[in-house]
Amino acid sequence: MAWRLRLAPEKTNFDFFRHQWLTFGGSVLLMLAAFLFWGTEGLNYGIDFKGGTTLRTDSSQPIDVGAYRQAMNGLPVGDVVITEVFDPSFRADQHVAMIRLSSVEADQAVSETDLAAVKAALTNLDPAIKFVSEETVGPKVSGELVYTSILAMVVTSVGIMLYIWMRFEWQFALGGVLALLHDVFITVGIFAFFQIKFDLTIVAALLTILGYSINDTVVVFDRLRENLVKYKTMPLRDVMNLSVNETLSRTIMTSLTTLLAVGSMMVFGGDVIRGFSFAIFMGVLLGTYSSVYVAKNIVLMIGLDRSEKPKNGKPSDHEFANIDA
Amino acid sequence: MLYSPLWKRLLILALCAWGIVASLPNLFYTQVEAHNDATTAIAANAGVATPEQTADLAKWPSFLPSALVNLGLDLRGGAHLLAEVQVADVYAQRIDSLWPDVRDALRDVRDQVGAVRRMPSVPGVLRVSVGNADGMAVAVAKVQALASPVVSLTGVGQKDLEVTTEGQEIVVQLSEPERVATDTRTMQQSLEIIRRRVDAVGTREPTIQREGTDRILIQVPGLGSAAELKAIIGTTAKLTFNTVVGRTTNPAADPGPRNSLLASSDEKDVYYIVADEPVVSGEELTDAQPSFDQNSRPAVSFKFNVSGARKFGEYTSANIGQPFAIVLDDKVISAPTIQSAIQGGSGIITGNFTLEESTNLAVLLRAGALPAKMNFLEERTIGPELGQDSIDAGKKAAVIGVVAVSLFMLASYGLFGLFANIALVINMALIFAVLSSIGGTLTLPGIAGIVLTIGMAVDANVLVYERIREELRVHKTTARAIEIGYERAMSAIVDANITTLITAAVLFFLGAGPVRGFAVTLGIGIITSVFTALLVTRLIISVWFNWRKPSEIVV
Repeated sequence: MAWRLRLAPEKTNFDFFRHQWLTFGGSVLLMLAAFLFWGTEGLNYGIDFKGGTTLRTDSSQPIDVGAYRQAMNGLPVGDVVITEVFDPSFRADQHVAMIRLSSVEADQAVSETDLAAVKAALTNLDPAIKFVSEETVGPKVSGELVYTSILAMVVTSVGIMLYIWMRFEWQFALGGVLALLHDVFITVGIFAFFQIKFDLTIVAALLTILGYSINDTVVVFDRLRENLVKYKTMPLRDVMNLSVNETLSRTIMTSLTTLLAVGSMMVFGGDVIRGFSFAIFMGVLLGTYSSVYVAKNIVLMIGLDRSEKPKNGKPSDHEFANIDA
Repeated sequence: MLYSPLWKRLLILALCAWGIVASLPNLFYTQVEAHNDATTAIAANAGVATPEQTADLAKWPSFLPSALVNLGLDLRGGAHLLAEVQVADVYAQRIDSLWPDVRDALRDVRDQVGAVRRMPSVPGVLRVSVGNADGMAVAVAKVQALASPVVSLTGVGQKDLEVTTEGQEIVVQLSEPERVATDTRTMQQSLEIIRRRVDAVGTREPTIQREGTDRILIQVPGLGSAAELKAIIGTTAKLTFNTVVGRTTNPAADPGPRNSLLASSDEKDVYYIVADEPVVSGEELTDAQPSFDQNSRPAVSFKFNVSGARKFGEYTSANIGQPFAIVLDDKVISAPTIQSAIQGGSGIITGNFTLEESTNLAVLLRAGALPAKMNFLEERTIGPELGQDSIDAGKKAAVIGVVAVSLFMLASYGLFGLFANIALVINMALIFAVLSSIGGTLTLPGIAGIVLTIGMAVDANVLVYERIREELRVHKTTARAIEIGYERAMSAIVDANITTLITAAVLFFLGAGPVRGFAVTLGIGIITSVFTALLVTRLIISVWFNWRKPSEIVV
């Protein structure tokens, strides 16, 4: 027998429900905490959602955030947020800062002349400074982007739910989608907790999490469906444990390959995309967890109709009846 | 054993070969780009090539495909603008130009309606007070007769004007179907004019498209900044030649009826009172070129079409010694005195121009005036250095990701892992091949999408291999185990990928800009990865199996 890297023993027999009050309850608590941070701290919205202007500066001189702020003092701009950016891919003498400006009147983009004044003041402070990107989003667009993003989330969840309902049973659809929302909300909670910039690409990342996480859950459900037909009399809870155990090796393998790829994007992909990669990384971790500990628990709580007796004279129409396997 | 028909195998091989060949140009991006640019330049120059172009042409053999993935603005650098066209401006212009007609029509029935007067009102609505209340019905009928049928598919049988009465006043505005038809025309004209203006500046592959009802998205790669782009497309460039009524330094001077007080563009505190009705307008220009006046200062020379030339000739011969104003976007550029009748329809506009300004003005005049003003909702400028940094970082991350995943697969599944890795490389090639041939755009999130696909692409293989392991454990023969492994893993793979495809579709239809680029790469990645992970690895395994005929296998 040739050597193989084994992440999970060949045959496992874990009881994934043993600590369900800890695991499932933990998930519920984490979700509550996520909502709490979201509600109290709020998200650190980027200009995509809030409107305003960002400038990215690049200089060979070290950045003194205080001096930058001083230079902009007295200029006709409202809130100024200056963040120095660090990245392993930067050259030794590359110093990057992100400056977010909003106009004096709330929710207005900075006018062109004011922006030119800001740039002139910074160039005056540091002649080596370059403005490598500049973005301005007006309040009208940012409001719409919030709406479109929420719509995208809802449409995707409903689409996935309908598909799973079609392929499995409604209990699976509900369990699967609740597990998805768990992944997404906790990720959003993490963004609120660490106050990481939340912009349009993060929404794309959250939608990707929806896609990835359901992928994981579907694999478990697929095996569950197969085993439900195979072991008609085994209690639901045991069939579920069996299914998760059987797919455990695959679940770990796939999560690890995905985490390797996304992790490499997070470390080496540059700071522009870091928030995005981080969101997907967290989502993959949570997605793996939720497909093992959340989705099927919900199905178990709701219960499944496994009877083969015809109801009201009509032949039983659920997925596990009349299957010749 | 693991038999599949020859045509199927050939088809799979052909697809893989196409993927590799068609993705090849992207590995030599700059050479192929130079080659493509040279090809278009030579074609535009009727087949005549300069030595540099011939050299560029030789950088890439022409028998190989040369389609490249477009790089999004976030990777190439450039300017992005989202503009909102003030479509309501056009309603106001239409209604304003209606007033003389209404006045003339009511003058004919003066004995019944009495004196008519234009009342102040919001833009886009004409209010006319009628002196004699008894003549209201006659007046309304007269005004209604001015309406003409709407020219559009949906508005058939409807009139373009809506005439109502409010007390002593007749209220005239555009009808709903006419507004819709007008909006469509305004948007088409704006798009066309923006396209002409951007093309005149001559940059590579600008994106100019309509978004929603009244918005236009403009992306110009390689342009220095959004401000520069705005200078080109943000000016309305409405040029008129008007009669000068007077000149003043009082900004609050009363211009009198049907005149306007306009500021001078180069003299401070000088205002001109000019007649609203233009003598000739920029629509009648046939050409405009940057040139120089007698004192060698930059100027713009222009030429009118026949009717414009006639009107201009008649006006100038009747008004020798009088000043007239050249008005651009409600500012008087200059107000020269007519020295002699200008026949032939050509002339020159002087002002305090720099060379750049005169060149820009000529471009704007040639392209025509925008039908309505634009508001800019979103402006983004991405420097080329930042784009290049992102490409480099993305490449590095992708390579490290592929290597790490490959090593991991190799360690976990040995030879079968190697097969999966071959499929992974073919998958990457296919993604780029499809993206290049459909002219897709690669954005930074798009690169992330590809990297994510690397991780997820091997998932189908993992599912199959794990299944084969299970089947081997229950003592199936090796070939049978492989076959059943593929068969049984199928439903999970299909379900899992269709749900991800749903996500990609939503992202595509609801997402904007870079996010849409991500959706495209994710969607393509899902389809190609199912193809490579199922069909390609299966083909490799069956070839290997029939060659080595192993009695037992270790997955």
